[in-house]
Amino acid sequence: MRIERLFRGVAAAFLCLLAAASQIIISAAAAADVTLTDAGGRTVQISDASRILSVGGDITEIIYALGADARLVGVDSTSQFPAKALKDKANVGYMRALSIEGVISVGATLILASERAGPPEVVKTLKTTSVPYVEIPDQYSPQGIAAKVRLVARAIGAEAEGEQVVRQVEADFKALADGVKRIKQPAKVLFVLAAQNGRATVGGQGTSAHAILELAGATNTAAAVAGFKPLTDEAIIELAPEVIITMRRSSGNDGHDTNQLLTMKGVQSTPAGAANRLVVMDGLYLLSFGPRAPRAALDLMRQIYPELGGEPAGSHTGATK
Amino acid sequence: MTAAVPIAARAREGGRLASPHALVAVSALALLVAAFLSVSIGPTGITLASLPRVLAAIASGQHDAATAREQLVLLDIRLPRLLLGAFVGAALAVSGAMMQGMFRNPLADPALIGVSSGAALAAVATIALGNGLAGPVTKAFGVYALPFAAFLGGVSTTLVLVLMVGRSGQLSVSTLLLAGVAVGALSGALTGLISYASDDRELRDLTLWMLGSLSGASWPKVLAVLPFALLIALALPGLVRALNGLLLGEAEAFHLGIDVDRAKRIIVLVTAAAVGAAVAVAGVVGFVGIVIPHLIRLVAGPDHRVVLPGSALLGATLVLLADLLARMLLRPAELPLGVVMALIGAPVFLHMVVKRGVGGG
Repeated sequence: MRIERLFRGVAAAFLCLLAAASQIIISAAAAADVTLTDAGGRTVQISDASRILSVGGDITEIIYALGADARLVGVDSTSQFPAKALKDKANVGYMRALSIEGVISVGATLILASERAGPPEVVKTLKTTSVPYVEIPDQYSPQGIAAKVRLVARAIGAEAEGEQVVRQVEADFKALADGVKRIKQPAKVLFVLAAQNGRATVGGQGTSAHAILELAGATNTAAAVAGFKPLTDEAIIELAPEVIITMRRSSGNDGHDTNQLLTMKGVQSTPAGAANRLVVMDGLYLLSFGPRAPRAALDLMRQIYPELGGEPAGSHTGATK
Repeated sequence: MTAAVPIAARAREGGRLASPHALVAVSALALLVAAFLSVSIGPTGITLASLPRVLAAIASGQHDAATAREQLVLLDIRLPRLLLGAFVGAALAVSGAMMQGMFRNPLADPALIGVSSGAALAAVATIALGNGLAGPVTKAFGVYALPFAAFLGGVSTTLVLVLMVGRSGQLSVSTLLLAGVAVGALSGALTGLISYASDDRELRDLTLWMLGSLSGASWPKVLAVLPFALLIALALPGLVRALNGLLLGEAEAFHLGIDVDRAKRIIVLVTAAAVGAAVAVAGVVGFVGIVIPHLIRLVAGPDHRVVLPGSALLGATLVLLADLLARMLLRPAELPLGVVMALIGAPVFLHMVVKRGVGGG
């Protein structure tokens, strides 16, 4: 009898152990859930990152860089890099004009959206649905880019890849800093977003253009202007830029704007116009502030200061694998 | 004001294509169909077939993920959107009809009494200053700061206009018209000044707001416009006689025993409230206010007993159908409502005008 009781006791203990073990296994599976705090300060719990919707060009770029693009089901219209994103994935439209039902219809299990997404009512409603909505910070700084990459990587459960990308970004920023150190005299640079109808729209304080000029070790001559603003010829002469940067649109057709710019009297009279120092760069590459930003800044720096030498950092390969 | 003659002339000859009753009945039927389509069709592909399941889930209190999604789409997204769309269309069309009746000009629209430009100015100011100067105020109101500001801006602009013009004791329509143009230009200039000072993201928001959309529809917004829907419904029957009298001219209306000045003030205030509320929830949606009353007049003559209810029904129908296209054409993205409206409405209108002619009939 005693043996039987002992046996029963052992069996019961074994069952308990088994139950406990299975409990541990189950909770281990549940622990795959990620809990994080997003840019809006909300605590978001993510249990399934198999179908991702990305709202923000920089976020899409990061997801591709993390090699998780197969899990991406939808992007917004600002997701211009890599170019295949808009071809392969559903497009939910411009990031500040989202439609609730449109967003729901792509069937994502996780929404990663820039803190700039909108309109506010739609974002507010999306945060109340059962699909986790993670707001990603958008700041034009080296730390901002690293934080952005880490948050995206954590949300989609690709932290190892995330650290790899962050290391690459930090190495690129290091290379950039080394280059900037060798600059003796910061150049006075003007960023021209567009030249329509003989009027140049320049990038002032608080714009991504201002941020990238600063990163590239140049002085933005239009820093007194806030935002992207049209300037008159006279104002441009007054700013006296030594170099003018302008954007090439991804669709090509860069000759038009550039020629217009050079025919403008104000531009011709600047030191940049006199020395024909006009730098044309891919606008997306230059201003998107994704993982490619330090390389874009380095390329820009080498264009502004050709005397420092060095090959382009590789504007075409980008950070994607 | 030569263009006013045809309407009045037509009133006397009573020329029309269809019987008023038939027109109202057809419009009501069209609205029902549009409302049905509006809840049944959307980018998620969820249809009304899911409704019984959703209702059962609500009744039993048990929700699985699929029905929760269906409930969200049907009851919290499409239904408020349908109601708001119908309100916006009806309010704008009726306001347009009232303005055309009061100014006795087929081109009159609520913009003439400053409500749209005032609302736009307030909305633009909220968007542009929301992160800076007006930050604390907009924070307190949250997502409702913009609609609230737009409504207040629209209504207060009209109030100021009416107080200025009516100071001499009488609300002269021609003074109101000119003063309205001036106030509109002033608000337009201020709007331009603010948009010049805003950054590119705010500019994009401003542009989108100016093109109108129902994508932010929600139950709180439906509740907010409900009083205005009631106001219109209650005020309209009392205005029919005055508007019909005004068709003949102000003096004639006066001799018919209508208190013309009072009627005009009521018309202006009801229009301001209705348009202010519509603009607040949907942004600027043009076109409905001019086209719908015109279509009704072309078909059934200028009697306001038909024009007002017909405009309400047909205006609501047009907005619902346009919104349906706006959300489906580029799904999962969405087109601005105002754009779709003009794209489908303008050719139809052009066709009708050229075929029937506004002048001769």
